[in-house]
Amino acid sequence: MTALLRVQDLRVRFPVVGSLMARLTGTKEPFIEAVCGVSFEIRKGETLAVVGESGSGKSTIARTLIGLKAAASGSIRFDGQEIGTLSVTERKPYLRRMAMMFQDPVGSLSPRLTVRSLLTEPFRIHGLKDRDADAEAARLLHMVGLPADFARRYPHQLSGGQARRVGVARALALNPDLIIADEPTAGLDVSVQGEVLNLLTRLQTELGIAILIITHNLNIVRHIADRTGIMYLGRFVEMGATDEIFRQPRHPYTEALLSANPNPDPDAVLNRIELKGEVPSVLNRPSGCEFHTRCQYAQEICRRVSPETTSNSVNPTHSFKCYFPLQLTLLSAFENRRLPAPGG
Amino acid sequence: MTSDTARSQTSAPPLLEIRGLNLDFGSPRGRIHALRNVSLDVRATQVMGVVGESGSGKSTLAYTVMGLLAENAEITGGSIAFDGHDLRKVSPAARRKLLGDRLSMIFQDPMTALNPVLTIESQMIAIQHHQGGSPGEKRTRAIDMLKRVGIPDSQSRIGAYPHQFSGGMRQRICIAMALLVKPALLIADEPTTALDATLEVQIIHLLKELQQEIGFSVLFVSHHLGAVAEFCDRVAVMYAGEVVEQGAVREIFHNPAHPYTRALLACDPGRIRERTRSLPTITGEVPSLLGSRQGCIFRDRCPHAFSRCVEENPVEYHLRTTQVARCHLLDHSQVISA
Repeated sequence: MTALLRVQDLRVRFPVVGSLMARLTGTKEPFIEAVCGVSFEIRKGETLAVVGESGSGKSTIARTLIGLKAAASGSIRFDGQEIGTLSVTERKPYLRRMAMMFQDPVGSLSPRLTVRSLLTEPFRIHGLKDRDADAEAARLLHMVGLPADFARRYPHQLSGGQARRVGVARALALNPDLIIADEPTAGLDVSVQGEVLNLLTRLQTELGIAILIITHNLNIVRHIADRTGIMYLGRFVEMGATDEIFRQPRHPYTEALLSANPNPDPDAVLNRIELKGEVPSVLNRPSGCEFHTRCQYAQEICRRVSPETTSNSVNPTHSFKCYFPLQLTLLSAFENRRLPAPGG
Repeated sequence: MTSDTARSQTSAPPLLEIRGLNLDFGSPRGRIHALRNVSLDVRATQVMGVVGESGSGKSTLAYTVMGLLAENAEITGGSIAFDGHDLRKVSPAARRKLLGDRLSMIFQDPMTALNPVLTIESQMIAIQHHQGGSPGEKRTRAIDMLKRVGIPDSQSRIGAYPHQFSGGMRQRICIAMALLVKPALLIADEPTTALDATLEVQIIHLLKELQQEIGFSVLFVSHHLGAVAEFCDRVAVMYAGEVVEQGAVREIFHNPAHPYTRALLACDPGRIRERTRSLPTITGEVPSLLGSRQGCIFRDRCPHAFSRCVEENPVEYHLRTTQVARCHLLDHSQVISA
């Protein structure tokens, strides 16, 4: 299968307020690099999950893909065409084929517009005047399983789950090839979270849409993503097939994230790898491997030289950035937590 | 957790005893029955979890115990006994004596729980107003407590302002402040919801460690089943303002008796061992809490509902050692009715 979206060595920078700050904190340049040298691709009809903690740069990637933030360098190719360097007008036909679902389900809907206006706004923006707004709104609401009379409602009259469905319907309006979903289940209860994810999965099967899902919730990633990338301080530290990442994590950060997932079983045997400290500031990145300040396996070389991205010798699609990747013998910790068995 | 059964059978009265609590919020559309017939106990040195989805009344319950309710709230029935005081009848002055002395609280959002214009030092000294000692002694106690919750370099950091700390550090400071007054009961309202996964684990471990070391009781409100399973001895499951099931964590999580508890546990993707592309959900919506209501609160969404669920409010049925659930399905010869 060909890549629908191919991102190579993407860098995104934010200016730092004042150069004085930069001098005080010891940074040489007056900007922070929120995304530094990220490469990945998404194939047609596939789900890629980007997982990381706050400040890891995962939402910045999404905003850069749809042009809300300019890339400092690197390439973004959508369906073979380089779109990173295009102007806003030139980019528009490609943006039609990518839809974004923003993080806050209610907050991302304008409080002054009815659901009907919200759903048909994409047609107005892209100059599709021939569409019958009422029919389109009804069609989209039907697709996400909401009754047609919801078209008259305002966002404050929707529950969180319903607002999220409207967000999905809005993303579907222009028949996109790719949906970028930024934390689609944040703030939703577990009973509603399943509904939204099932809806996305169903639409993907029916319409063959590719999904880039950005989340910090590993529990849902395991069930919905084909491939998963783990981000730390603006870089992917590990990327591979979801099953493989969960079965055989190679990077210590992935291992810690997996074990940080509280198990809803009071009798679970916990061999928890608890990370010390917090995510360092991107203003003051650690030297060498950026994870060494919190890594229990860190050695001298980790403090000095940044590791290259290595591929698994058996499976080249599984890559990680670590000098001392986890060996199979360390995996007993996960088996005790009864994560899916090999092949499951 | 293994000592739970032993502890729960001791005859000492519970530290916090809530019986038949009813609470309404006045609204332009009518009275909202936010808590209905809520009964639960928190025993000394025990951690009681309260789980439920948004709107289940779990935070309202926590705020009721602290006496921090909005003006349109009215307790219409029941009792709240804390350490020999009837919290419904105590004078505001007497309640103020309890707060920040015997009772303290950690709030959901560490970013707004601290006063941004005061240093950590002055806030940590101010919270000790019930304690004796000079400001210098109070400062020393504050520094020691900051050290204990894992704030590095606490001697100098105590002079900093809240914005100079990250979210995880601020929640540690909030925990330090809440424990500084040596409370008998700590009320924690979703203390980890605003934090990242790796920090959430750190905070839960910290609370667990301090709880075992100091031996206070906790009322731990959360929607996170994993966090409750790890931290709590007992758990109460709330749905639409009612406690539908409660008991020892192990009993509830292994053998849930109420259909809602079962559905809620089934929905948690962390409990699904096999990878699945179709996640379980609870169909339907939480019922409106306006107006009076007869019958089981969960019946509209319950796959096992029958005629009796419409007509009659289910009573508490006792199962096993500690487990209590409100469901008509449990009313058969093997179970002893309450």
